[in-house]
Amino acid sequence: MTETLPALVQRATELSRDWRLSSVRAWKQRTGALAIGYLPVYVPREVFHAQGVLPVGLTGAGDDLEIIKGDAFYQSYICHLPRSTIELGLNGSLDCLDGIVFPATCDVIRNLSGVWRMQFPSKMSRYLDVPQDFDRAMGGVFYRHELEDIAREIHERGGRKLEAEALRASIRVYNENRTLVRELLTLRREAPWKLPTAELYVVLRAGLVLPVEEHSAMLRRYRDLAQADAERRPRDQARVVLTGSFCEQPPLGLIKTLERAGCYIVDDDFVPVLHWLRGDVCTEGDPLANLVTAFLEDSIDSPVRYCGDGTKGQELVQRVDESKAEGVLFCAPSFCDPALLDQPMAQAALDGRAIPWTSFKYSENTGQFHVIREQAGTFADSIKLWSEA
Amino acid sequence: MSVSTKNPPLAATAKDDSQVRQKQMIAAHYARLARASESGEKNVYTFVPGNLTELLRSFDLLPVLPEINALQSGMRGKSAEYIALAEKLGHSEDVCTYVKCDIGMLKSGNVGPTGERLPSPDLLLLSYTGCFTFMKWFELLKQEYQCPVVMLHVPYQAEGRITDSMRAYVTAQIRQKLIPALEQVAGRKYDEDRLKECLARSAQAEEDLVWVLQSAKNRPSPIDAWFGAVYYVGPIFSAFRGTPEAVEYYRALRVEIQERLTKKLGPVTPDGMMTEEKYRLVIEGPPNWTSFREFWRMFAEEGAVAVASTYTKVGGMYDFGFRHDPERPLETMAEYCMGCYTNLDLSTRVGILTRYMQEYEADGLLVNSVKSCNSFSAGQLAMLREVESRTGRPVGFIESDLVDPRYFSASNIKNRLESFLQMIAQKRGGAA
Repeated sequence: MTETLPALVQRATELSRDWRLSSVRAWKQRTGALAIGYLPVYVPREVFHAQGVLPVGLTGAGDDLEIIKGDAFYQSYICHLPRSTIELGLNGSLDCLDGIVFPATCDVIRNLSGVWRMQFPSKMSRYLDVPQDFDRAMGGVFYRHELEDIAREIHERGGRKLEAEALRASIRVYNENRTLVRELLTLRREAPWKLPTAELYVVLRAGLVLPVEEHSAMLRRYRDLAQADAERRPRDQARVVLTGSFCEQPPLGLIKTLERAGCYIVDDDFVPVLHWLRGDVCTEGDPLANLVTAFLEDSIDSPVRYCGDGTKGQELVQRVDESKAEGVLFCAPSFCDPALLDQPMAQAALDGRAIPWTSFKYSENTGQFHVIREQAGTFADSIKLWSEA
Repeated sequence: MSVSTKNPPLAATAKDDSQVRQKQMIAAHYARLARASESGEKNVYTFVPGNLTELLRSFDLLPVLPEINALQSGMRGKSAEYIALAEKLGHSEDVCTYVKCDIGMLKSGNVGPTGERLPSPDLLLLSYTGCFTFMKWFELLKQEYQCPVVMLHVPYQAEGRITDSMRAYVTAQIRQKLIPALEQVAGRKYDEDRLKECLARSAQAEEDLVWVLQSAKNRPSPIDAWFGAVYYVGPIFSAFRGTPEAVEYYRALRVEIQERLTKKLGPVTPDGMMTEEKYRLVIEGPPNWTSFREFWRMFAEEGAVAVASTYTKVGGMYDFGFRHDPERPLETMAEYCMGCYTNLDLSTRVGILTRYMQEYEADGLLVNSVKSCNSFSAGQLAMLREVESRTGRPVGFIESDLVDPRYFSASNIKNRLESFLQMIAQKRGGAA
């Protein structure tokens, strides 16, 4: 029987909340291959895939798990994601993973790699230091060494040796996935009532645990079903860009709350690994070099990436323009250094263009949305009532 | 009845000569910076960890260290108003208070801690070493100044070692990006011989500094290796590494400490010389600056001496053998940057703390966890447990902040410190 839209969204929701990683366990049982986790925000999943490994995106446990042991590892002024990651490690939920890669995101995630290594010394634990120098001859050479090192370790732990042809094939598979993601994001910009963010979010997030081929099939199916649903009609909501939620993810209830408060989220930072690279990665020539070049030259702007020659906040303004948004929601996790340190610069750029914004914070386990609902609702109303547009 | 008894009155003495001299050096540097517009001297804003002072000095460029400005502002009671101003301007209450203090100072006219206006930077050298916030900090400053910015990305020692790839990456950035930028600002060519001379002087000063820090292995320790050592590392962490003044300072400091050692004297504290050393502590984390002397007194009154600390290694880790090597000028600077304490992985940090506990015969490890510094703080609780399990010695935990006085709760800290010291005393069988 063909899967209906509600059934597909239900399946995606279950996958996105599956912190016990039951789908990953099933995949491992079926294939006997390795599964390696990774923290936000970006890792080159193509390398894992080419080595026969399932890359598994880790985003904590949201509001589905009470954190007890994890809190004993972190002071009150540190964000929530490392606590839930440790909790999941200690309660056995991540046992099916053969290792975890911690990309350079901030000092907390960097040090989490060390805590993890001390707690689970037999598992692979790798810090992926991504370059902040974007010159091919410097940052590029360094990054290539980093990737080769990780590939070597995966091979030593039972993954396939990284071969050029396999990597080229993996790049093709991920290019297809990226194309579908871009297509969905564009469709949402054009008709956010057809692809509500709370729905699109879980469909995208399912890609953190599914094999990429299955995820691409899900995206295709979702695209077709959502577009065909004639019941979905536009409402008088304010079009907003949501920014700041690129690492620790908000609870689904928060996204639903924002939409119910009168906002159409037409652009966001959620699950950035899926759209970190703006375009396709070249499939001709040396595939590893192509991945490196794509990272250096085709990554999105992000608070975790050094803004060298560019102007801070400019890309956010561009996103507002391209999505025809009427305002911006700064929606960052509490104690998130990259997001919160970036915010004044981004806000200044918006002020320069008289683009309205409002800001609030959350934790992945935030359970009360009343205040945020009022704030977002007032913001949306003010846009609809008094905006020059 | 409390197990711990208060230390006998501290013997009143004048400040250490070295402390006075250090203050004079720092003040003279600020005065020189204030005169820069008249003298025509150029300056470079950069950070303490991974600072390349020898290279800057070889171009006759003056370093300006925003963290030093912030901590000095904290010690002089200025940080609260600067932070309040930054928060009013939209900076989150959650983020680093050094950054907010610096932004607030800048927005208040960039008047430095000595009351004189600091010059605007001729170059921002973002030495991204061991702290992610540095990157955001200089992105913020970049918006305020019309000057070039150079990013020096220093990879993290995640595997506890420096690889050839890491060394080559940093060296290439210094050679191909930083040096040309410095040539441009200074208006002169890179002079490697001059740099080598600076590096040779650095090694001399480092040798004496290590001797001084390791003097704490003696009983009683002639120094306090956290509060007191903040003054000792001042010149080498800030603007003076590689200069003749630094060589002279550290030679004189060594003579001073040798004299204290010969006389079996304890460290000088805010209220004079400590007469009885009761507790020997290893300290992890930076101190609080807004109540620095009050904080120090809490330890001194209990007869608690820091015999080793990690904060005194953030600007360079010299006590396990690293010295700047003038024969490999760029490579040695790259290795220096990567070796700074907060650029080391947690297992290595645990290894260092464990070694300190053993080699300095410490009674316990105390962590001062500061809200502002995730580079230090994230993971400290796991480190604490690991050190406890490896050494079997008591560990303690207090919380404060760098320069935000709202996060310094004296009674809370004092309670926790006293409990920790009691725990040590009980472990000794009430011998204290």
